[in-house]
Amino acid sequence: MQSPEILPHLFRNEYTKIVSVLCKHLGFERIEIAEEIASETFLTATEAWGIKGNPENPTAWLYAVAKNKAKNYLQRNSIFQNKILPELTKSQPELSESEIDLSPENIYDSQLGMMFTVCHPSISPEAQVGLSLRILCGFGIEEIADAFLTNKETINKRLFRAKEKLREEKILIQLPKPEEIEDRLDTVLATIYLLFNEGYHSISQNKTLRKDLCLEAIRLCSMLVENQITSKPQVYALLSLMCFHTSRFEARQDENGDQILYQDQNTNLWNYELIKKGEIFLNKAASGTKLTTYHLEAGIAYWHTQKEDTKEKWENILQLYNRLLQLQYSPIAALNRTYALSKANGKEEAIIEAEKLELKENHFYFALLGELYLDINTIKSEENFRKALSLAKTSQAKISIQKKIDQFSK
Amino acid sequence: MDEYLILMRLDLITKDAQPSPEQMQVYMKMYQDWVGGIAAQNKFVGGTGLSTEGKVIKSGQIITDGPFAETKESIAGFITIRAKNFEEATNIAKECPILNGPGNSVEVRKIAGVDNTR
Repeated sequence: MQSPEILPHLFRNEYTKIVSVLCKHLGFERIEIAEEIASETFLTATEAWGIKGNPENPTAWLYAVAKNKAKNYLQRNSIFQNKILPELTKSQPELSESEIDLSPENIYDSQLGMMFTVCHPSISPEAQVGLSLRILCGFGIEEIADAFLTNKETINKRLFRAKEKLREEKILIQLPKPEEIEDRLDTVLATIYLLFNEGYHSISQNKTLRKDLCLEAIRLCSMLVENQITSKPQVYALLSLMCFHTSRFEARQDENGDQILYQDQNTNLWNYELIKKGEIFLNKAASGTKLTTYHLEAGIAYWHTQKEDTKEKWENILQLYNRLLQLQYSPIAALNRTYALSKANGKEEAIIEAEKLELKENHFYFALLGELYLDINTIKSEENFRKALSLAKTSQAKISIQKKIDQFSK
Repeated sequence: MDEYLILMRLDLITKDAQPSPEQMQVYMKMYQDWVGGIAAQNKFVGGTGLSTEGKVIKSGQIITDGPFAETKESIAGFITIRAKNFEEATNIAKECPILNGPGNSVEVRKIAGVDNTR
């Protein structure tokens, strides 16, 4: 492989590892230096490999250069030598002696610890996702701006403020104490799920980036299940949920980037390997007594990977939505529950229930009513689709509703 | 919005009133569909079903198994909901599936002391 192809790939994988390890070694307050050393390492690589060709073991090469750069930094930094190091020696004696450790174990520990640091509840969820993308997933500022549909400046400011905050709070890069794990894990999982949803539901047209976001979320969650302390049932549930969703990624969009509705998807494009994995994780999630929204959403996603439109399938989906809504209300879940109700108990019952929802600002609400009335009352059906059209905000939504309306004049 | 308690009372004394496991499953589905419908309107606050065994403690620290020894109706479960007024709360309670069984009843009570400025 020539350097132009190998470097971006290495960058995404190794940049985050180098930053995490250096940051754990130097302390979170010197995160900018860790990032700078990692960036410089790749700059050096680009120059050197461009001239001499790729080294035999590119990863080892990168680690060696990063170590040297870190060592140089420590040596020329007299303040560190004279003031900080003695302090560090007092509190953590092993630090002064230790080499920068880029062993797989320490990389894993550092990244896991970093995950809990950047998902610290003292910073906003947006900043948590931003920092995760930057530090844990190696995304460029431009890519992050793209994912959030904003500009580089906003992201830079947001990340800067978040890092300042974490410095003030003096957060150590390590797993929280066992008694704190459960609480802190909630934030980490919420961040991973936000990251995933950013990729799965974002209206950004950059399809490669969107899928990358989903896969990075899966990678981070996989790291959590590999650790005994963090491999809780809810972590397996979230991982399972993301596998099921991602399995349908390719089937959800046509060549023009338009969304394809679930019932119209080409099931040959589903990724059955991911579905299988999702099932294994869902089984592991079934231990313990705590029922989380991730469990219920994973269950719903599981039934959506079953192609056949059986009564059993919709009955199960309905019951899972019943429980999900009791744990956490959302308008979308309420609408999906009503759709499942129409499949399980019939359209008449679903219409009565739908009328109670009163989501009068929501175009999905009227589109659902239009769909439910379709074979029962054509006039009401068209009326509702027209209301949906007047409320729809994206051109994509307008096109798909217009298609429904056009069918009435045929 | 105020909060209301819906108490579900079930006739569990008579032998033939005891549901079979299959019936129980059907009842649970009906119950879950009812609660799910309330939750879908964002009007569910909390609550659950209750198991049939219980203890009754009386003045004088007398503890008995119960509550079925004394009364024909026992509390099968409760939920709390959000509703604009008693009428709305009653309308929701009227659809409680346990009312399909003769002898069963549902009681609606407004929860006092809830901050209704929300």
